[in-house]
Amino acid sequence: MTTFLSILVLVFIFVAIWQMVKIFDLTQAGRATENNQVANDNDNRINGYLMIGFLIFIYVITIVCFVKWGDLPLMSNSASEHGPGIDNLMIISMIVIFFVQTITQFLLHYFAYKYKGEKGKKALFYADNNKLEAIWTIIPVIVLAGLIIQGLFTWTSIMNIDEDADPMVIELYAQQFNWKARYSGPDNALGKANVRLIDINRANELGVDESDPNAQDDVIVQELHLVVGQPVVIKMRSQDVLHSAYMPHFRAQMNCVPGMITQFGFTPTVTTAEMRETPEMKEKVANINKIRTEKSKALIAEGKDGLEPYEFDYLLLCNKICGTSHYNMQMKIIVETQEEYDEWMSQQKLFVDSLVKN
Amino acid sequence: MSAHVEEHGHDDHGHHHKETFITKYIFSQDHKMIAKQYLITGLIMGIIGVLMSIMMRIQIAWPEEPNVLFELFLGKWAPEGVMSADIYLALVTIHGTIMVFFVLTAGLSGTFSNLLIPLQIGARDMASGFLNMVSYWLFFLSSVIMVCSFFVEAGPAAAGWTIYPPLSALPMAQGGSGLGMTMWLVAMAIFIASSLLGSLNYIVTVINLRTKGMSMTRLPLTIWAFFVTAIIGVVSFPVLLSAALLLIMDRSFGTSFFLSDIFIQGEVLHYQGGSPVLFEHLFWFLGHPEVYIVILPAMGLVSEIMATNSRKPIFGYRAMIASILAIAFLSTIVWGHHMFISGMNPFLGSVFTFTTLLIAIPSAVKAFNWITTIWKGNIQMNPAMLFSIGFVSTFITGGLTGIILGDSALDINVHDTYFVIAHFHLVMGISALYGMIAGIYHWYPKMFGRMLNKNLGYIHFWVTAICAYGVFFPMHFIGMAGLPRRYYTNSSFPLFDDLANVNVVITVFAVVGSIFQIVFIYNFFHSMFYGKKAEQNPWRSTTLEWTTPVEHIHGNWPGAIPHVYRWSYDYSKPGHDEDFVPQNIPLKEGEEELQH
Repeated sequence: MTTFLSILVLVFIFVAIWQMVKIFDLTQAGRATENNQVANDNDNRINGYLMIGFLIFIYVITIVCFVKWGDLPLMSNSASEHGPGIDNLMIISMIVIFFVQTITQFLLHYFAYKYKGEKGKKALFYADNNKLEAIWTIIPVIVLAGLIIQGLFTWTSIMNIDEDADPMVIELYAQQFNWKARYSGPDNALGKANVRLIDINRANELGVDESDPNAQDDVIVQELHLVVGQPVVIKMRSQDVLHSAYMPHFRAQMNCVPGMITQFGFTPTVTTAEMRETPEMKEKVANINKIRTEKSKALIAEGKDGLEPYEFDYLLLCNKICGTSHYNMQMKIIVETQEEYDEWMSQQKLFVDSLVKN
Repeated sequence: MSAHVEEHGHDDHGHHHKETFITKYIFSQDHKMIAKQYLITGLIMGIIGVLMSIMMRIQIAWPEEPNVLFELFLGKWAPEGVMSADIYLALVTIHGTIMVFFVLTAGLSGTFSNLLIPLQIGARDMASGFLNMVSYWLFFLSSVIMVCSFFVEAGPAAAGWTIYPPLSALPMAQGGSGLGMTMWLVAMAIFIASSLLGSLNYIVTVINLRTKGMSMTRLPLTIWAFFVTAIIGVVSFPVLLSAALLLIMDRSFGTSFFLSDIFIQGEVLHYQGGSPVLFEHLFWFLGHPEVYIVILPAMGLVSEIMATNSRKPIFGYRAMIASILAIAFLSTIVWGHHMFISGMNPFLGSVFTFTTLLIAIPSAVKAFNWITTIWKGNIQMNPAMLFSIGFVSTFITGGLTGIILGDSALDINVHDTYFVIAHFHLVMGISALYGMIAGIYHWYPKMFGRMLNKNLGYIHFWVTAICAYGVFFPMHFIGMAGLPRRYYTNSSFPLFDDLANVNVVITVFAVVGSIFQIVFIYNFFHSMFYGKKAEQNPWRSTTLEWTTPVEHIHGNWPGAIPHVYRWSYDYSKPGHDEDFVPQNIPLKEGEEELQH
């Protein structure tokens, strides 16, 4: 029945448009004496004005977007040491873009309006001007040179991991559709691992080499805990397909590739508790909870369960298409003080103890 | 304007042999008919692709809610009208594939290269009419296979249009990686064969079959764009073919080109030593030039339409050619900017950042030259011109954000978010579509001998223009808020709950914009039979295609092929009464050809 109804609706839409078109054609036929489908002065004038209208539309939608959604949560609340570097570069690039966009769109649409065609008018025969072209080749060259240089400095400083700072080594392990983390323990060295060593019956889910001395103090957990101010290198593995570890608040992302180990290093600078207390985050969470309460009301009215209130946590998302539940492959990240971290770590089971003994 | 054609009414060129319905409309070797076949197939694929995007948008705006559209089109993939996560990923995949390859490569390049190359260079047909016919029918076959993959039990390919292994290689990783993926690979292999046959034909034709006087620097920019596009295609498409073949080997014959150390569904697979990163390199070695294969023909069409409708020569003809060549060259050495965070060496990332941002320079030159072309023009606001101005507008808006994405440091945080979606849809999706639509409005009289209704064209343009910005402008902002692409629903992340209303706004614009494409489709098919009969040169253009008769004939010109005496942009040239001087008009006594 619904199929029939929806086909009917589609047919009606077609008929309606067809009717509108007919009416339109008829009014045209009555009015125009020279119905030849080539733009005349009247068309040029109307569309010339519409060009100005469209220019205003572009400016308005830009302003509306910036005002409504332009608090750019990912450009102001970075929680890692290299984050502000990226954010600054982003802001500089945005300013350049905004400037060029405003001017070129103005020129394009204004010229289209200003030089709209009229019968008997003749255009200027103006085919070339090397000086002008040199100017608009050189200006982008200079601007881009600046952006490239700053971009490359930022990139290199992020990707070069400073081994002298003695970063904590953690393995991030991806599988369809969840994440696990392996801490390297007091020796700060991960035990060898390979998917061929996975033994589900003995609960060796990450394929860690039991005989490797480095593996003895490894700890496998479901939540990523980081110490504020402590540099960390995340070594990534995947057991099945490509995944991408996206940690937006830390301005960090790296693919997890089966058959190889990838890495990303950063230093968290704001604890979860501190982040929850920032005014921007409080406002954002309050807003989200307002939306969730509304939704809950509707759900409860339908006899379903309501939504839990939201509390901010750092997140690790999968950001490379990985299958059915790609949209829900996440891990909580908690940034805390050394004491809190030590206490949490002391409650975790060592890898060797977590194995099922024969 | 027929006066300009050398009339040799009784010249016998032997193209009056009898044609059957089959040789004229189906297995035609005439480039004009093949162009129309490409166009109509491309439009049908376009309708399918847009329909898919509408279903995706509805799902994102109102996740997991039943919808009659889903029930109607998705059947068992939408139990009780609720779209399943698997089919969502399949829609993502096939929408991307269809739009990039079938609509914007074959539908755009195939249509206009075929139509315009022989007509604008003064040739009777393509170098090989037979290969041209084979090229179209391979494309048709490939389209049929791609669409049929929707009727496979386990579903069509669902690994994204980039089909990265291992997801695409392992049938146990997702349903769509079974027979659906095989069909995708077969369809693409055939598509590549079609594309190569077409490209070789275009290259050979442009090099060998130009009429007397048509030097390379007198060619319209359309031809330059098609020519260079074909070269990029010949250089890069074979690499995708090899990637597809190696993937087929991994899938079916147990090789390990792209796979290593995999544990899935409780068992270790035998693959060892391969790397998915290798596949990414091979894929993007085509994948990035592909966006220029899509956009360059649109640039060529727009350059031509802008000059004609501004009644001015294109500004900086030589710089336009140089920038096409620069873009083509650079396009082959920037593919790594899709892979900054793929695990490849960060130093390589630096190199690709450098080459990528360089592309902004020739692009900027082109944009400024278009703007200067309309400056002090006498702009005729035909629908084709509106779409061309729209092209420049979206090309600038979309192109500028490339400065962010091409910068490896910034890419870390916006990679694979909606920011990317907004960027490439504006710069190559919408722009190339505008170029294609502009081309259809402009050359419709040449193709079908009738005019499109201009008022419907105006409605079509203005609604489309507003909706396109309405869809993709806000999308940048949800991307900058960190929303990943290819998520079936965002409801698993309360963090993104405050973006839900933006998604509703985007979907409303998308639905309205798509519905108004019906105006265009109606105009297109209605005018084919009931449109006003076209004059020979309705836009008062200088290029050779407008010296052919309105009714199509084999061999294009009834008499001898016209000779060319000037470049293709003598609009409003001082010393002439008319505001355009066709290329086949000899220079007047004492008139100098512009030293462009």
